[in-house]
Amino acid sequence: MIEAHLSLLIVVVPLLTAPIVAILPNGRLPWTVSTLVSFAVFAMACLQLINVGTGNVISYELGGWAPPWGIEYRIDAANALVALIVAGIAAVTLPYALHSVEKEIPLKQQSLFYSAFMLCFTGLLGITQTGDIFNLFVFLEISSLSTYALISLGRKRQALTAAYQYLIMGTIGATFFLIGVGLLYAMTGTLNMADLSARLPALVEQRTTQTAFAFIMVGFALKLALFPLHLWLPNAYTYAPSVITVFLAATATKVAVYVMLRVIFTVFGFSFIEETPTDEIFLLMCTIGILMMSVYAIYQQDSKRLLAYSSVAQIGYMMLGLGFGSVLGVTATLVHLFNHALMKGALFMAIGAIVYRIGSSRIDNMAGLGKHMPWTFAAIVIGGLSLIGVPGTAGFISKWYLVLAAIEQQNWLIVAVILIGSLLAVVYVWKLIETLYFSSADKHAHAGVKEAPLLLLIPTWILVLANIYFGLDTELTVGTAEQAVKLLLPGVQ
Amino acid sequence: MMDMSSQNMIILTLLLPLIAAVLIILTDKRPNLREAITLITAGSVAALVINLFLRVKAGEVPTLDLFEVIPGIRVSFSIEPLGMLFALVAGTLWLITSIYAIGYMRGHKEKNQTRFYAAFAVAISSALAAAFSDNMFTLFLCYEILTLSTYPLVTHSGTEEARRSGRIYLGILLGTSIGFQLLAILITWSVAGTLDFKHGGILAGKLDPAYAGMLYALFIFGIGKAAVMPFHKWLPAAMVAPTPVSALLHAVAVVKAGVFTILKVTIYIFGTDFILSAGASDWLIWFAATTVLLASLIAMTKDNLKARLAYSTVSQLSYIVLGALIATEMSLIGASMHIAMHAFAKITLFFAAGAILVAAHKTDISQMHGLGRAMPFTFAAFTIASLSIIGLPPLGGMWSKWYLALGTVHAEQWLLLAVFMISSLLNIFYLLPIAIRAFFNRPSGDESYTEVREAPWPILLAMGITTLMCITLFIYPDPFYDLASMAVKGH
Repeated sequence: MIEAHLSLLIVVVPLLTAPIVAILPNGRLPWTVSTLVSFAVFAMACLQLINVGTGNVISYELGGWAPPWGIEYRIDAANALVALIVAGIAAVTLPYALHSVEKEIPLKQQSLFYSAFMLCFTGLLGITQTGDIFNLFVFLEISSLSTYALISLGRKRQALTAAYQYLIMGTIGATFFLIGVGLLYAMTGTLNMADLSARLPALVEQRTTQTAFAFIMVGFALKLALFPLHLWLPNAYTYAPSVITVFLAATATKVAVYVMLRVIFTVFGFSFIEETPTDEIFLLMCTIGILMMSVYAIYQQDSKRLLAYSSVAQIGYMMLGLGFGSVLGVTATLVHLFNHALMKGALFMAIGAIVYRIGSSRIDNMAGLGKHMPWTFAAIVIGGLSLIGVPGTAGFISKWYLVLAAIEQQNWLIVAVILIGSLLAVVYVWKLIETLYFSSADKHAHAGVKEAPLLLLIPTWILVLANIYFGLDTELTVGTAEQAVKLLLPGVQ
Repeated sequence: MMDMSSQNMIILTLLLPLIAAVLIILTDKRPNLREAITLITAGSVAALVINLFLRVKAGEVPTLDLFEVIPGIRVSFSIEPLGMLFALVAGTLWLITSIYAIGYMRGHKEKNQTRFYAAFAVAISSALAAAFSDNMFTLFLCYEILTLSTYPLVTHSGTEEARRSGRIYLGILLGTSIGFQLLAILITWSVAGTLDFKHGGILAGKLDPAYAGMLYALFIFGIGKAAVMPFHKWLPAAMVAPTPVSALLHAVAVVKAGVFTILKVTIYIFGTDFILSAGASDWLIWFAATTVLLASLIAMTKDNLKARLAYSTVSQLSYIVLGALIATEMSLIGASMHIAMHAFAKITLFFAAGAILVAAHKTDISQMHGLGRAMPFTFAAFTIASLSIIGLPPLGGMWSKWYLALGTVHAEQWLLLAVFMISSLLNIFYLLPIAIRAFFNRPSGDESYTEVREAPWPILLAMGITTLMCITLFIYPDPFYDLASMAVKGH
């Protein structure tokens, strides 16, 4: 009985939790409820992935209305993988949130904080689950609006500006997307993605179709912070509360990349893209983005901002695979989606633990902290190595598939860019590690600083160990990605 | 131990040092217990390695297959003769270096000794794992762990100089391995569809011979640990580390892991026939030959003893690289044997350098005049090891040079033969004067060494053993010769 409604429950349970949490008294209760819900959703997401992992597609009709009139949730390996990322990250972030939120968010806002978190969670899950493009827009707005509120709760006043900046950019992005969806509806008379993909091939030549495509692409490029539309991201990541940075960095951009995949491969079909210069534009933006943002990251003085610029560069890697449009390329994109969530999650959590102890994320203030917080330091080292792509970590698997995809296309320029990007990552990761590792000139700078509390360390280390595990066993990541690619790129071997 | 299965022996050999690292950290506050753990582990590893050697020599190929990472790529180990040779050198010398390190670290009153011993154990485990690797992926994995685990050792002192050296060390080693080696591995994988080591290579017939040279170059330069110019700077930079690190890691384990990887790639990825028929090494040879000569010349200009030894190592490593690139049977045997012969001699030289530092607090050669009379044992060992590096009988170093030279003759590369000969002359010029001046010159200025005594006994003991080994290997080079020729001939 419940099994049949799994796809819906994944979205509805957190949605219903949000108002309940909002009316709960401040204190630990809202946290407890949210955490339990996130565990339940994670369990459901795992079940869902098992159900579709073998190549099945689940179609769920909302309220019993048959598509294309009713809303359809359509789950294949690609959705299920992304939903698993979102649910998994939420399930480790929420336990972590308890201490971090107590420190960073005023008590009277805490139940609202968790309520907004649940809404954001709902929105991101909804985007991955739905098979209806207008419904997708609705979930996009749910997640975006709650994200603006969450970012503005940051401790510094700049958080407000950062949230405002994201609000403006995010709204432009969402509006573009809506315009695109509207045009598509005008052309085809349907909003169901499966239906769209059946009707669009006949309308490829139409200028309206092409315009719709352009609007959707630009709209989501803004959401996923594809260079050069990334300007909102560094501020948002830097000034948001630590927990929100972890959650956004590990999930929000991933979901946006998933939508890109869905729209390009399912709705329009890659042959459509190949006739337009889209894939070339993607490759160009990605290469410039990877190089430039990695260099930017090197020069940052704030650890969160450093990792934020690194994220923009990493988004470039994900979109590269998509730009190739090959089986290997899209596999690389999906694998990196998953792996990057693990590494950035772990890194931002470790930084959050440092912020929890010393109240600052500036790199200068961290000199010699490695001695006082050895476990946090070790987490940053392993997370950093994964970001670089050292063998034995998840990041290596991503690099492996990406470079293979580029070699397959004989695109040596991009091979070079990926490898140079890794070398730049060595520089910025080591900047962080070196500062933490060597003791500072001022011997008493961190007197009395202790290791972070266990409730911060355990979630961090779950992600750290996941980084190693998925670097050595790729059955889940690569296996699922290959299943997903079969459905996204039918007929291509 | 004799009836233990080979599989379990591999597991133990690789796992024991890692367990030791954890125990060392736990016994931070009790130095004697901590050092006992190091010694016991190093002793057991040496025993295990020797036992494995006996099995390999009897024709067995111990294997350990762990798990699959990516479809078609597994983490697995199998001990073929070449890997056994490298493991035998690294495993036995770890025990001797541990004895030395205890005398050195205590005599020199180093800080953070716990971190030192722990990182050392991890480094040895990864070097042994590299030696046992059954495919290029596993080897690459161990290669990178080796780089990372030695970083805390290189930057041990924590000074600004150490940090800068650490950056050069990591920058070059990680940079070349990700920029070139990983790319080479990926191209190999996409062309051959496998990364398994196979005698005779996996590329022949699959890779267009026109590109063989490019791919080979990516490997040679991507294996930065082999220190072929222009990617050699990390090795002199690493000399900022405590002397036991320079001795075991930067004369034996790390650098030999580099040239070992090159030999593996030559014999088991390309295959010598393919290299020769495709002319893959035609122009690479000159990079290695230049390194041999140039590094010797630079060594002459260095007054700091460890810096001079470092450049000498750069030069000697390229002997091995050159032997691999010539790719004849004799040259490969010579190159493989040189892994062992150079190891015993160079580690003795570094042991002596450390002894001088601990006992007399001298680092510069120009200040060592007359020191030989105060430290006769140390300088006697230094002289013998120098002669072995030069390649004179009755010392082990002669054999590897002999086969390397024979290799050039078989390949009719007369210019390369000249390179080896000139380099031997240069070795004489930069090594022998150190000992000669120490014995026969008067101390410079108004210094006298009446206060200076020999270094603590663990240092002398370690140095004595390796010196004896240099001599023994002249009379009895068989273990290393047998392994080398088994590896090259493939049976």
